Amino acid sequence: MSFELKAALDSLRAKFPNTIKDIKTFKDETTLIVERDRIREICSHFKTEFGFRFIVDITAVDYLEVKTTRFEVVYLLHRYGSDFNENARIRLKVELHEDDLKIASVTSVWSGANWLEREVYDMFGINFVGHPDLRRILMPEDYEPFPLRKDFDVRNREPSKESFKRALDEG
Amino acid sequence: MERIEIDTKDSIEGKSRTETLMLNMGPQHPSTHGVLRVVLNLDGETVVKAVTFIGYLHRGIEKLCEHITYQQCLPYTDRMDYLASICNNIGFILTVEKLLDIEDEIPDRAKVAEVILFELGRLESHLVGIGTNALDLGAVSAFLYCFKERERIYDILEMVCGARLTTSYPRVGGLPEDLPDDFENAVRSFLKAFPKTLNEVDRLLTRNKIWIQRTKGVAYISSDDAIDLGLTGPALRGSGVPYDVRKAMPYLGYENYDFEIPVATDGDAYSRYLCRLEEMRQSLKIIEQAISNLPDGPFIADLPEVVLPPKDLVYSRMESLIRHFVIVYEGFKTPPGEVFHSVENPKGELGYYIVSDGSGKPYRLRVRGPSFVNLQALPRMVEGRLLADVIAAIGSIDIVLGEVDR
Repeated sequence: MSFELKAALDSLRAKFPNTIKDIKTFKDETTLIVERDRIREICSHFKTEFGFRFIVDITAVDYLEVKTTRFEVVYLLHRYGSDFNENARIRLKVELHEDDLKIASVTSVWSGANWLEREVYDMFGINFVGHPDLRRILMPEDYEPFPLRKDFDVRNREPSKESFKRALDEG
Repeated sequence: MERIEIDTKDSIEGKSRTETLMLNMGPQHPSTHGVLRVVLNLDGETVVKAVTFIGYLHRGIEKLCEHITYQQCLPYTDRMDYLASICNNIGFILTVEKLLDIEDEIPDRAKVAEVILFELGRLESHLVGIGTNALDLGAVSAFLYCFKERERIYDILEMVCGARLTTSYPRVGGLPEDLPDDFENAVRSFLKAFPKTLNEVDRLLTRNKIWIQRTKGVAYISSDDAIDLGLTGPALRGSGVPYDVRKAMPYLGYENYDFEIPVATDGDAYSRYLCRLEEMRQSLKIIEQAISNLPDGPFIADLPEVVLPPKDLVYSRMESLIRHFVIVYEGFKTPPGEVFHSVENPKGELGYYIVSDGSGKPYRLRVRGPSFVNLQALPRMVEGRLLADVIAAIGSIDIVLGEVDR
């Protein structure tokens, strides 16, 4: 059974009216821009109804002064086909305003989302509500800024200087 | 650190203490394959809980790449999975080519050469993966056979691009210069010699009683769990899921080659080992087909906006000099948009996600490293098992910390 994008979109529209804001296709990759509040239900719908059992990637992009909504969280879903050429991929995007960086966690849908969401939190400071263990993953735990934000100053990394100084002082 | 008073009277009378013990393993532990730190909660020798700490090798490659041109990003990709840097390089180049929409312009010679190099990279990584996994469990001789053969692959890479480990090899559009004259002979003599070593490793390990006891049934992960955790590569195929990017979403013309995707169903460390071993045989098959069909002709696409002009023209013609300067200094322009491209790296699916704003530098480059995602499975593999199995589990997932931390 191959994946029909159009049928999937129709079923999604019927179940979650007004949640799909936009559909973009670029280089044969389909991107759905969806409403923030329903992301967990939409993901779980994709998993149970259409068999998207594999979460390939979760990441974010900071559009500081480029777009009106500053952040976008990007989900890449994969569906295994019974045959190799029946695999399908879809990208979901959620726009987040800078003053309300909260989004529902999808760890209950795919366990693999755990570290991916932790990395997004670590690098962008986006809070995943309902995540079982939302800690920094790559940066030290006492590190304050979020390095992949566009306003992070790479030349003047004060906090790392401070932690270096502290380490020297404490011996 | 809390001081623990040991009551000698109790132990003399035969009463034993029953609290769990916290054991810190790494980041300098020799069998954590780099700088992985695992904090284990032990009840006797049984692991009650395992917590993984990573980030000791974090260099912020994704951030660094936002400030440099696409071509300058290439050397950074070497330093992720440094055991198969050529695979990372090719994956990145393919993503940029997809963004530029020039995949059809790439000459066949470059594509076939890239397939050969990609599969050599896979052999290189699997040799280290099997060798170090065996070494961690005490089988030193298999490790030596593997590393001896890996040097031969490095000789071929050195012949092609001048570097052994950090290759930074292809360019957007094809190969920077034609393959050396004796490349074909070198690959052919490697193909002749390699199966002998592979059989030796096979004979040393596959039916070795100690190896079987240390790996069979160890670090088990079911196929449902493997999919749920997003595992890819031998870690997924060892659990019986036949997913391989080379078949599912072919790139570089992999659909034209005749090869199988080996799958083992037991989901343990031994299954993953068998998958890697068979994958090496399949890689040899692919290289054999590729080297006998290596076409002549151009090695780089004829795309003046993207590809640097030939060096002799740069020195003799003003237009070429300017073009060279612009491409090096500003980078080639890319269309605004975003692409995600995956390749089947030796360790699993390596994906690059590029967001372009139309300039010569990536607005955002995201690397989906297979080791990073696969390492998540470690607690599920070892909890409830023995401490010694942690070593076997880490080796059998086959991680490279350069890619976990990026």
